[in-house]
Amino acid sequence: MAKITVKVDGTNYSDDVEPRTLLVHYLRERLGKVGTVVGCDTTNCGACTVHLDGRSVKSCTMFAVQADGHEVTTIEGLAGDGRLHPMQQAFHENHALQCGFCTPGMIMQAIDVLHDNPNPDEEQVRDGLEGNLCRCTGYQNIVKAVLSAAQGSTQGSAQGRTV
Amino acid sequence: MIPAAFDYHAPSSLEEALRLLGEADDAKVLAGGQSLIPVMRLRLAAPEIVVDLGRIDQLRGIREEGDVLVIGAMTPHAEVAQNPLVREHARVLSETVQTVADPQVRHRGTFGGSLVHADPAGDLPAPALALEAEFVIAGSAGTRTVAADDFFQGLFTTAVGEDEILVEVRVPKYTGWGGHYEKFTRVAQQWSIVAVAAAVRVDGGSIADARVGLTNMGATPIRARAVEQALLGQPAAAETVRSATARAAEGTDPPSDTNGDANYRRHLASVLTARAVLAAAGV
Amino acid sequence: MTATQERPGAEVGNARRRKEDQRLITGRTRFTDNITLPGMLHLAMVRSPVAHARITSIDTSAASASPGVIAVLTGRDVAERQGSLPCAWPITEDQKAPPHPAIAVDTVNFAGEVVACIIARSSAEARDAIELVDVEYDDLPVVLDLEAAAAGGDLTHPDLGTNVSATWVFDSAEMGTGGNVEDAIREARDGGVLVERKYRQQRLIPAFMEPRSTVVDPTGEQITMWSATQVPHILRLMLAMTTGIPESKLRVIAPDVGGGFGGKLQVTPEEMITLLAAQQLGKPCKYTETRSESLMAAHHGRDQVQKLTLAARRDGTVTGLKVELLADMGAYLGLVTPGVPILGAFMFNAIYKFPTYHFACTNVFTNKAWTDAYRGAGRPEATYAIERLMDELAHEVGIDPLEVREKNWIKHEEFPFTTVAGLEYDSGNYEAATAKARELFGYDELRAEQKRRRDAGDPVQLGIGISTFTEMCGLAPSRVLGSLAYGAGGWEHASIRMLATGKVEVVTGSSPHGQGHETAWSQIVADRLGVPFDDVEVLHGDTQISHKGMDTYGSRSLTVGGIAVVKAADKVIEKARTIAAHMLEASPDDLEFTGGRFGVRGTDKGVAMGEVALATFAAHDLPDGVEPSLDSDATFDPENFSFPHGTHLCAVDVDTETGESKIRSYVCVDDIGTVVNPLIVEGQVHGGLVQGIAQALFEEAVYDEAGTLVTGSFVDYLVPSAPDMPKFVTDRTETPSTTNDLGVKGVGEAGTIASTPAVVNAVVDALRPYGVDDVEMPCTPHRVWQAIQGHGQTTPPAPSSAQSVAGQEGGVA
Repeated sequence: MAKITVKVDGTNYSDDVEPRTLLVHYLRERLGKVGTVVGCDTTNCGACTVHLDGRSVKSCTMFAVQADGHEVTTIEGLAGDGRLHPMQQAFHENHALQCGFCTPGMIMQAIDVLHDNPNPDEEQVRDGLEGNLCRCTGYQNIVKAVLSAAQGSTQGSAQGRTV
Repeated sequence: MIPAAFDYHAPSSLEEALRLLGEADDAKVLAGGQSLIPVMRLRLAAPEIVVDLGRIDQLRGIREEGDVLVIGAMTPHAEVAQNPLVREHARVLSETVQTVADPQVRHRGTFGGSLVHADPAGDLPAPALALEAEFVIAGSAGTRTVAADDFFQGLFTTAVGEDEILVEVRVPKYTGWGGHYEKFTRVAQQWSIVAVAAAVRVDGGSIADARVGLTNMGATPIRARAVEQALLGQPAAAETVRSATARAAEGTDPPSDTNGDANYRRHLASVLTARAVLAAAGV
Repeated sequence: MTATQERPGAEVGNARRRKEDQRLITGRTRFTDNITLPGMLHLAMVRSPVAHARITSIDTSAASASPGVIAVLTGRDVAERQGSLPCAWPITEDQKAPPHPAIAVDTVNFAGEVVACIIARSSAEARDAIELVDVEYDDLPVVLDLEAAAAGGDLTHPDLGTNVSATWVFDSAEMGTGGNVEDAIREARDGGVLVERKYRQQRLIPAFMEPRSTVVDPTGEQITMWSATQVPHILRLMLAMTTGIPESKLRVIAPDVGGGFGGKLQVTPEEMITLLAAQQLGKPCKYTETRSESLMAAHHGRDQVQKLTLAARRDGTVTGLKVELLADMGAYLGLVTPGVPILGAFMFNAIYKFPTYHFACTNVFTNKAWTDAYRGAGRPEATYAIERLMDELAHEVGIDPLEVREKNWIKHEEFPFTTVAGLEYDSGNYEAATAKARELFGYDELRAEQKRRRDAGDPVQLGIGISTFTEMCGLAPSRVLGSLAYGAGGWEHASIRMLATGKVEVVTGSSPHGQGHETAWSQIVADRLGVPFDDVEVLHGDTQISHKGMDTYGSRSLTVGGIAVVKAADKVIEKARTIAAHMLEASPDDLEFTGGRFGVRGTDKGVAMGEVALATFAAHDLPDGVEPSLDSDATFDPENFSFPHGTHLCAVDVDTETGESKIRSYVCVDDIGTVVNPLIVEGQVHGGLVQGIAQALFEEAVYDEAGTLVTGSFVDYLVPSAPDMPKFVTDRTETPSTTNDLGVKGVGEAGTIASTPAVVNAVVDALRPYGVDDVEMPCTPHRVWQAIQGHGQTTPPAPSSAQSVAGQEGGVA
């Protein structure tokens, strides 16, 4: 067992974990943050994407011990004060999800895409989502959502980014 | 999927890491983990001890030392990709790193980790070889420097021994050279079917110097020296470049799999080499 | 008839943002793997690494002694209890089928089959013990090649004495729906055109994003199963019939389900094993598969060899079609495995007026994962075949492929039309959809560009692909299913509960997993009952709440389940009318129901539906003999299938140096009748297109010669991501269905069915100058390059067409 201290969605946690515990399993099984899901075992699907110190990572390809002393944001930590994050809102407005299983990872990665490039074109958005698989939407509305969220933020949307 | 249990160590110094590796019988070095962890999840690897280099600050960062760029082994891909020094002095490397896996993996995965993993379809070995990078390897007896030609030794095998650690990669500056990485995949997420790293110096419309490395044309990256020679002095134009690169696959031993047979890969190698060189030359 | 039908719906047709999004975008989801119960145990499966072998021994002692392990189950341990997993669709009376144990007992028949199950306190401990189970196998010959298996030789199931499960035939002359195809072929051979081809439908993997997961809680009065399934109702019934547990003692819940595409239309070994384990141990048990397990052992789709003969006159008029299929069942018959190719039997003639038709399908066993429904199920295969053939015919007779289609298709004034396969198409307008698609696509301009690039010898050639598809969906009229020997009916159930506060609960028997029923059904009911959209709550996916249903697959939810909702709503209105009349002291006949209010004609007197609901709840003053309830049920059995159609046009740039095919533009105009929610419809089309395109270009389940799945992870099974896909142009024409109250048709499978041939036609079209007339799917760069090198010709072209190609291309080839 190893002792770790992690800040997740704004709350500090100290836990003993087995070193082999993947970050995603720590989030789901220990912290009950089941909003972050597991879709594969080869780092392809991106469903488990969270932010580590503000940047996107695949939480199935990290041990919880590696997050010791770091800050994690999951899909459950995005909405604040009862308000959706602009990216969540954009996914809803643009029908960018169907079954919703890839959605947590897709939204977390979409936010990261705009972190690097607040005003991307369509191709840049598609490239930025390369590591996230969706089987329902054909990606078109996801891309549309990210572009519209980008437009919203460059136009000075009333809703601030929470991460 | 859950990896087999292991003992975990996260030393804060290189010396401590080397000591841990020296003492252990079955230890694995964890760099960014983007290749190791999937393999452990599938239980294709089940080391007893994992030594995480993530807390050794001296292994991270990019700096200049005269005519050489020094890239710390634990520098994440994303940092290399965005680094202006790399872009200026090793254009092909900068382009290549941006094609490694996907953004999330580039945040965690490390420059050195990817090179030591030495996947034949991995992207970094070919440009490292083409640019004649040098690899600084630390062991209990001190550090040694290995040339790129000697570094990649076989399938998933490099000059880094089991109780050694790659510290940094020294890349000669190719200031003023063009560079391009031509990567061929069926879907964006895929590992390279074949890829070509080219660095080219154009002088007065002619190719004054060229470096070409091939990805996934054999167990290790392959330097296309015959192509480099053939390009010298040629006009930087489509026709001459195509003719000089036609035999890019000579001496290669590419694999056959569901993405194509060896014959097709040889064909691709020459097509992609021409494209890489032309793009690097700005044509 | 109610007044709501006269006024245009305020909600139906509205691009409502989905109700179900809120929990999904905030991570407040209830996927099965999220469920944790007190004392819950975790399962891990020991799977066979070999494709065909006798199990000679299993030693579980080391695994049983491993930390945290509670029990290890082998096939022998549960042989008496596990029964045989159900196949609900025996297509012929003499169909052959092996027993299908959840845990293999004596033999394993595909790599990935479960041979033992570990039950432990944690999933990690269960996983650790897998390696400790020592299984010895005695190898048997592995049967992999479909055509070789059909021909005889080694047997997948030696006990059956054959690899052939069944042969199913439809002949238009015998059925009286058309003439004799052999006559047409004979005539075509003598002065007409005969197009003979063999196409391969590669094996695909549904690859839903949520891996399958099952939790069973045996601790209550009933056994409760949560499962990532498309079919909670069918699952309950089948589990009851297989295990002998009374149906009333089983509750099945499909909570949030992360996609299915037919892949979760199954009664799985893993569901059965979890149930058996929970029963045996008396504790809640959970099993969640890994992606590798999912790709290896969840059922696959497609996998057919199609031998096709199309007879036509020189002017391009088709005179007959003969289809001889081999369909790979894999190692077992799943829930509807044998029927999947039969669903295609009625679709090879597509939108065309063929006078003769013959279809024969032979179902064959091999030592691979079993196949079953995958988005489209039988219809994509049929559509691919005919749409590829129509392009080949066009090439043979030298006329534009759109014109060849128009020459043969059913004109809009000819509906309703009975096809040579015996179906009655109720409505359609192929001309309108095609005209619109043609314009959006810029068909003539692209043809002109194609010619320029051909003439110039451009190394990147432009190909234009067409697919004018229809499909039969909305499964299905029960009498038709009965005639096809399917084990159940095709009705759907709905009930509407009027709450005292005026809120409405809609219970539906269809079971969404991404389709947006909560939103669409709310729109339908809001219009029908004249209540606000937000006042409608849609409940589903729990056999205790939705006690009756046939679930979601085959683009049936709206056309069957949605109509059941309409019927139930109409019953509510009729019940309410009686009570409203009493409240208003008027005759029911004098009431009109508009905008959620019963008004007395010619007066301003009226009561709202909510007021009627409250009065009914109070029940203080109801008419004599009227029960105090507005709640209503309806079970709707459709009178016909629904026949969406559309025209899909695809432009592909083929790099002749590398063989890479890149979609440059894709336009589709679909006709799915009346649209309830255009946003949802568009989403269904987008997603469907990508799955169909992925079949054309990327995906294939590949086995090595030992029968091991080579494409066993997403590293090798190539599901496209965002940069691999173009931006689609989607549009619609609207020809309402005449066989249901809403005029709706199914949309879930349309994109997948239509897009595959559009893309392959485009790839082949680009390569015509090189003498290529086929590229096997998926059209990988390697295959395209090989085709260009001269390996892409099915049959030697007639001298005349070869000359015209050479003349036209000026030596590009």
